Order: sequence, then C-alpha cells, then structure tokens
Amino acid sequence: MPLVKGGQIVADLFAHVADDAELPADGAVLVTAKRFLQDPEAILRRPGKAGVIWPNSRDVDDLVPYLERLAVVALVFPTFRDGRAYSQARLLRERFAWRGELRATGQVLRDQFVFMLRAGFDAFEVKKPGDAEAFAQTVKRYSVFYQPTGDGRITALHRRMQLRHSESAGL
Amino acid sequence: MYAYDEIDRTLVNERVAEFRDQVKRRLSGELTEDEFKMLRLQNGVYLQLHAYMFRVAIPYGTLSSRQLRALAHVARRYDRGYGHFTTRQNIQFNWIKLKDLPDALSDLAEVGIHAMQTSGNNTRNVTSDQWAGVAPGEIEDPRIWAELMRQYTTLHPEFSFLPRKFKIAITASAHDRAAIKIHDVGLRLHKNADGETGFEVLVGGGLGRTPFIAKTIKPFVAGRDILSYLEAIMRVYNQYGRRDNIYKARIKILVHELGIEKFAVEVDEEWQQMKSDALVIDDDVVEDIRSRFFYPAYEKLPHNPEELKKAAQDQKFEAWRKNSTFAHKAPGYAIVTISLKPVGAPPGDATAEQMDALADLADKYSFGEIRVGHEQNLALPHVARRDLPALWKALDRLGLATPNVNLVSDIIACPGLDYCSLANARSIPIAQELTRRFANHDTANLIGRLHINISGCINACGHHHVGHIGILGVEKNGEEFYQITIGGRADESAELGALIGPAVPYGEVADVVEDIVEAYLALRASPDELFVDTVKRLGVEPFRERVYATR
Repeated sequence: MPLVKGGQIVADLFAHVADDAELPADGAVLVTAKRFLQDPEAILRRPGKAGVIWPNSRDVDDLVPYLERLAVVALVFPTFRDGRAYSQARLLRERFAWRGELRATGQVLRDQFVFMLRAGFDAFEVKKPGDAEAFAQTVKRYSVFYQPTGDGRITALHRRMQLRHSESAGL
Repeated sequence: MYAYDEIDRTLVNERVAEFRDQVKRRLSGELTEDEFKMLRLQNGVYLQLHAYMFRVAIPYGTLSSRQLRALAHVARRYDRGYGHFTTRQNIQFNWIKLKDLPDALSDLAEVGIHAMQTSGNNTRNVTSDQWAGVAPGEIEDPRIWAELMRQYTTLHPEFSFLPRKFKIAITASAHDRAAIKIHDVGLRLHKNADGETGFEVLVGGGLGRTPFIAKTIKPFVAGRDILSYLEAIMRVYNQYGRRDNIYKARIKILVHELGIEKFAVEVDEEWQQMKSDALVIDDDVVEDIRSRFFYPAYEKLPHNPEELKKAAQDQKFEAWRKNSTFAHKAPGYAIVTISLKPVGAPPGDATAEQMDALADLADKYSFGEIRVGHEQNLALPHVARRDLPALWKALDRLGLATPNVNLVSDIIACPGLDYCSLANARSIPIAQELTRRFANHDTANLIGRLHINISGCINACGHHHVGHIGILGVEKNGEEFYQITIGGRADESAELGALIGPAVPYGEVADVVEDIVEAYLALRASPDELFVDTVKRLGVEPFRERVYATR
C-alpha cells in the first residue's frame, strides 16, 4: 500500500508491528492503540520514533497525554463510508494542537483526499496505486471551500468579505 | 432568489468536473459499483427499479424562471419530458442515463442549480417555508440563514460520511410550513426578550420505521452562533451515532437512546469548546448574503381592484381564488399556490411544457420567481391581485388551476412501487383513485382542510405518519396491503397518527378513506371543526367503530 506524504509517494519509515509480534530493538514503529495502551512507556522509551494506530471508536482524549512523545497518529477508515476519523482528525489538529504526522489508513481512496486534507491529515496510506499516483492532480480539484477548518484555507465567506473591502477601498 | 457569485459558480463547476471524472472511472471499471455508489448518491443519483433516478436540489424552495426552464430542459433532453417535485424541495427525474448525467449537471450549473448531497449520508438540501420573504408576520426571511447553512454544509470535510442522512429545515412563521418537527434538526427563528434574532433548535425528529417528533434541545441560539451550534450537534452525532444498523443510525435514535437531556449536555460541552472560533457569523456576512437575494419593488396597489370585482362573477374563478390564493405581506399582492394534484394524475408531477409555461407566467406576473413547497405544489410568490383573473385563465389552460389546495385531493405521495426499488406497494394509483373519488369540488370544500399522505413502504417518503389520514403500503404474502392512520400532522402542533384498524387490501383503500371522511362529517362538532381536530377531540375509537363495523 503506497504512502503519500507531502503530495508524493514516499517510503514508509515506520514498521507496522502486529500485536503479537516482538518489538524491533530500534527503528520507527507503528503499533495499535490496544498494544500501546497496555504499556505506553515500553513503546515511548525505546530508541526510535513511535506511532499509534488509533481506532475510530475510541475518544482521542485518551491519546492526548501521550501526544508530545509520539511521531505519528494513524486514524482508521474501516470503510470509506465510516467518517468518524474526520472528527478525530480535526479534534487532534484544532483542539489538541497536534503537529506531528496525521496519517489516514484503511480504505483510503482518491475521492476523499480533499476532505482528508481539510480535516488535517498529511499522510495517506492509499489503497490503490492508481489513486496514489493521482494524488497531486486530485487535490487540485477544488479551489473554493465553504467551511473554516484548521487547514487554513480561506473560506468563501471570508474571500467575499475581502473582495468587498478591497472594492470599497477603491483598490 | 439568491444570485450565485463567481465563488459559488466555481465550486459547482468544480463539482461537475469531479463527477464527470468519477463517472468516467466507473464506466471504465476503475471504480467498483460499491465505491461509486456513495459518490453518485452524493450527486443525487439513485438506481431505481427501471433506471437511474436523478434528484436535483431546490434550496429552500426558491427558483427563478430561468432555473425552472433549465429543469424543463433536463426533463425534455435527458428524461421523458416530465419531473416529479418531492416533499423536500427537490425535483426528481426518473429515466435518466448514467452517461448523460455529467452533461445534465453541467447544464444545470449554468443557472446555479446542483444536485450535491440530495442523497447519501450527509447533510441534505436545507429546506424552508415556501412562503419565505412574502408571508405576513414573518420574523425575518429564513432563506438568508438557509443559504448560509447551504454553503456551510456543502462538501463539509468532517460531515460527508455521517452515520446516516441528515436533514435541516427552517421556519420563521408562527404557522410552520416547513415541517421542522419531523427533521433531524428543526430551526424556528424567533426573537428573544432583548429583541435579538436567533433560533429555537429542535433535534431528533424523523419518520421511517421509528418515527419521532423532534424535541427542543435549546430554546435560543443567537443567529451568530448557529453554525457552531450545528457543528457541535453534528460532531456528537458523527462520533456516537450508531453505524451497526442503518435503521438505527439516524440522530433520532441517538437522541432517544441517550435521552434529550444527556444529548443536550454532550452537545453543549462540545459547543463551549468551539463556539467562539471561526464559525461565528458576523453581521456583515449576513448582510452580504441578504444583498444577493432578490426582493421585488412592489407597486402601491389596491386590495380589491376592478379586475377582481369583475371576475368575481365567474364561479370557477372564485372557487380557485378562494382556494389557491393567500395573503401577502405587501398590500395589493397575493401568494398563489399552484396545485400539482389534478384529478387522476400522480401528485407532484409537472411536464416540461408546464414548467416552461409557468416560467413565462412567473416572468409576467411574479417578478420571475417560483416557489416549491413540501406539499409537492408550486407557488408564485408575488402576484398583483389585479392580475389574478388573467393568471387563472392561463393556469387553467395549462391544467394547473385545480382548486384543491389543502383539500382532500391535495395528496402527498411517494413514487412507490411504480418506480422505487425499496417500495412494498404502489402509492400513485391509490392517490389517483382518491382524487377521482373526491373530484367534486363542492364536496371537497364541505370536507375542508384534510391532508392525505401515502407511502409505499416504511421508509415513509410520503410522510404517512403525519398525514391527517396516513396510508402506508406493506406487503402481506405477496399482496399489497395498506395500514391506515388518522390524526397525524406535520405543522407546529406536529403529531404522529394512530392506527385505525387492521390493514386493508389495495382494492379497499379508497372505500375505507371515504368511510373515514363520512364518519368525520357525522362526528364533527361544527362545519368549522377540521378533520384533525375532530380526531383530537374524540380519539380514534369512534372512527374505528364506524369504519370497521361492516368490515
């Protein structure tokens, strides 16, 4: 499954470690929330970066105490029709000021890239190689956005206000 | 109407381009049907019994004549020459081809119409009073807020994959014509003690197999805070609404399972954390939206002009005038409801020729504006009273002057088994038969206001629970049967109807309805007591006795 970051397909530096597999001695790892919460310190203290795959059925509040020491939070789309992770993503970015990698995983498809970017995701484990290759093209589909989110894109309402003010200032 | 600016136009065009690409990928097999299904639904495309069905949004029920002509064009060019107006201010085309859809959307985009989110598990078309802006005594025009919400909910990055569909309706009048109490979120504009405009917010209404009347979650939310409050509601719902069973996934079930008090606390906790952020609506933003709505410059005209006095001799005209014209906020003007319920025809259908002709009449007599109501009728919102006789003549020629608005043959019905893949039973032929039984205008007038609603299955698209008489099609051993309820209503006193007796077979439905109406005529305290009030006063029992005595 290709990983897209910064708009490009990149190598995944994080090893996905299964719940029953032994943790590698070093290197970056991505573990499930279940494994992480059993003994967070064991994951956080080892050499190498740590990331957690957080299920969409658990409040992100439980993850907040550890955010500072994590490198990646991966949120899950069990199917693309299950949109709970969009709320989790916005909460992590906008309320808990998470600045690390926010990764979308699961059934991550082309037609949701724009929504995911707007919700704060910046890394994508894309299901189909063709979708991953089309990433840069696809995210340019829209230039108008009606809602304010933490991604900083200017909303239609504010753009109108700016236009109106620049007109009235005679610019 | 609201005039799109370059920003709105760009977004709609970008959406059309995206959908064109999605259809192309579906036709080439790059997208599976499972992946494509939600994408097409979010653009208003269903797969029905015989063909694709295309549902186009008419936000808050306001159309310009140019837009109505574009709908007629779509009916003619891509469909079979007619369209069907729904109970949620949409229009549906029943015979469209998948390959034509991007072009149809593109043609509609030229006049600022789209089909975004008319289906799918997202926020649907925000609906409102079809008399908004012209009804006497309105708090203020609810469409300004509906348009703000239309923009806010369109392609929302967080709420495009909710547990289930999400419907919002707004009213600003004491008499609720928008059926807000049967919506996921109902909003009632009012002023608080300080004279500030805001909303009573209701939540958790809906019909379907588990019907609920919405409950008040907050008596007053200031206008400037309404988007953040909505976001808080939707965020709680998105995270905690059930996704294990589609019949339990609507917000009404979450509200019911948590209880309205607990649900209100959850929403409030969320809201307190984000209410002062970017979603606050400044006054100048509201004014900017308001400035792009069209308000006609009314003339100073007499209430009772010569033309009207003269036409009063004509009984047919008078019958129509008394039935289909309503008080307007401007003196000398009237709101004209156009019945799409002629005798023997499917409720809510209009041909391309009727739509075009109506667009011309709107240009001539109603400042180019047309409205669409949830009762599946249309309206001309700004007609000078002196023009009523001429308008009536023109409407009559088009078959659009049936004087049965709010009467027993003004039936709301879903498409039923004639079109819909979910239906258990037919709705349209039942409606057609009832309009024949009650075709006599004097009889219908004698009966007075009576709303019949028909749904072909438990999904309740015909809102049968809230019909004064509700008819629900079910399937019993491979045959069509109908459960009949009485006493429902969808207005400010919304209530669910009560079952009157055992289900009856297809062939008996019209007889039973006639018996119910006869029972009412015998039981009512006075000719002024409406059907629904008699049921409220007496309960179901006396009706059951009379209707089922011989069955």
